[in-house]
Amino acid sequence: MPSNEHVRFIQGNEACVEGALYAGVEFFAGYPITPSSEIMEHLARRLPRRGGKFIQMEDEIASMCAIIGASLTGRKVLTATSGPGFSLMQEALGYAVMAEIPCVIVNVQRGGPSTGLPTQISQGDVNQARWGTHGDHAIIALTASNHQDVFAMTVEAFNMAETYRTPVVLLFDEVVGHMRERMVLPEPGQIPLVERLRTSVPEGVDYHPYLPREDGRLPMSDFGGVHRYNVTGLYHDMWGFPSDNPKVVHGLIRHLVDKIENNVDSIARYKAYYLEDARTVMVSYGATARSALHVVESQRRKGQKFGLLELQTLWPFPYDIVGEACGRAKQVLVVEMNMGHICAEVKRALTNAGNVFLINRLDGVFISPTDIRQALRLIAGRGV
Amino acid sequence: MTIRKYLRERFFPHMWCPGCGHGTVLNALVRAIETMGMSRNEIVMVSGIGCSSRITGYVDVHTLHTLHGRALAFATGVKLSKPELNVIVPMGDGDALAIGGNHFIHAARRNIAITALVMNNRIYGMTGGQYSPLSGCDVMAATAPYSTIDPAFDVVALSVAAGATFVARCTTYHVKEMIDILRQAILHEGFSVVEILSQCPTYFGRANKLGDAAEMLRGLKEGTVPVGSEAKQKNPALIERGIFAQQEKPEYCAEYEKIMQRARAGRE
Repeated sequence: MPSNEHVRFIQGNEACVEGALYAGVEFFAGYPITPSSEIMEHLARRLPRRGGKFIQMEDEIASMCAIIGASLTGRKVLTATSGPGFSLMQEALGYAVMAEIPCVIVNVQRGGPSTGLPTQISQGDVNQARWGTHGDHAIIALTASNHQDVFAMTVEAFNMAETYRTPVVLLFDEVVGHMRERMVLPEPGQIPLVERLRTSVPEGVDYHPYLPREDGRLPMSDFGGVHRYNVTGLYHDMWGFPSDNPKVVHGLIRHLVDKIENNVDSIARYKAYYLEDARTVMVSYGATARSALHVVESQRRKGQKFGLLELQTLWPFPYDIVGEACGRAKQVLVVEMNMGHICAEVKRALTNAGNVFLINRLDGVFISPTDIRQALRLIAGRGV
Repeated sequence: MTIRKYLRERFFPHMWCPGCGHGTVLNALVRAIETMGMSRNEIVMVSGIGCSSRITGYVDVHTLHTLHGRALAFATGVKLSKPELNVIVPMGDGDALAIGGNHFIHAARRNIAITALVMNNRIYGMTGGQYSPLSGCDVMAATAPYSTIDPAFDVVALSVAAGATFVARCTTYHVKEMIDILRQAILHEGFSVVEILSQCPTYFGRANKLGDAAEMLRGLKEGTVPVGSEAKQKNPALIERGIFAQQEKPEYCAEYEKIMQRARAGRE
């Protein structure tokens, strides 16, 4: 039994704040936007108490830029937003990909496009998280369906940002963000933390900020330290100086993509429910996975072999894990609140895409177990 | 010769056109830094995109070459995170005041101790000579084949109005003046703006038939006067140079220190 002092009854957005503080966030820059504003409000209060910095910037563009600047001084950094703000952040998000700056971006999704449905749920930014910024690149995006997992995934996001020197997107949704539920605060040390890998190159010796080690990682040196180097969003050589040498360009884009795509198994986080003998596998993530799990458990009680694969890592997409989990199923039902972002990936993961069905809602109303059951009847050809 | 240690000679020759004023700014900037005896490790130079922004690559300090217009936003993150660093932000006119205009006025409003340089050659050089918000009316440019109808910002008045606490203007002709002004701007405890009138013979000069670099420099010599001089009253077309504002006001990072103390005094 956890002691009462570790039990919280909080919003998902607060669980994210607790996770970020647990991970050691030291700098937050943001701009108010529903349904994510609670994250910045809580950090405005909490960060200065522990010597951290908080700043409300003039827009989301500036917020994203500011956290990159702060990260280069050696801090763990965070920003939080929703759809329209996430759109504005795409330019600098690409910069963080290119310059390999660890940072975490929370997108508490609302309905889109445009201003859309500010206070209602959607999961319509899944592909934006993958491809929102221009050019080829790889990205890590994580999500969660409950507050304990919001906490854990937030810590994971900081860990992965440091491990892979990359921006990590936390793709929550309005229901998880605003819902209140119980969360137990882990003890310090209970979840391992990844701290920044700093160079051991001594002062006076040529330091190559963009020369990967054999394991693909690049030790950093903080701005203000003894190594002075250049950081740029242009293709750059091992010193960080702009280069359009085809060998340098090819080497860098391969490195940026491979460091993520070659580690899909290490980055993949998911939960498997009743998959061993499942004939019908649901694939879901975020708040919608709660309704999916409810249906799976009620079908099991009726003797139906239903299972659920709850994805927590959305990008890089774990094709092998999804293929393994769904390969033997008679049918695969993807439950999500968009027009099939993850459903398309599930189809790509399977040889028989014909038995993959999308169950969704697009009207801002949270998809309920009843909605899913109704869809099951339709798929079975039994009418509504 | 001591200024050579501030340069990354490995990356020379630089990429600017012959006659460009930006090399003069680089020269004055490193000389200004040299007179202050600052450690190179304490200086961060942040730039955006454009010809001017390439200046950061050539200086041996911590350098961050960012996105078009966003240099001050990145710089704000650096400065607030580590206020002990000296943060200098060289920008072009379009970079600072078109795409970066919002970041510019908000950085000024906060009075965060960053030195912003506006290297004003009145044109977008890197993209091939399009007009900028500092080109002004009746100027020929690649995107103004029949001349511009867009009035220019007055960088000095804009900066003062937005809250900058050190505001100055100089030119690439008046190099010693520039070194002195840059030095004062970097030492200033607050947001400082230095507009540097610079020449782009390749695009602005050619499109407007202003002659070569030497003739354009003569234009800067003859077209500007020290602030408060009588000549300006007789000829309003003259542009004043010098220091227009220099005042002490609460600096952002220092104020944030107080917030941290106040927060710590409260209950968690």
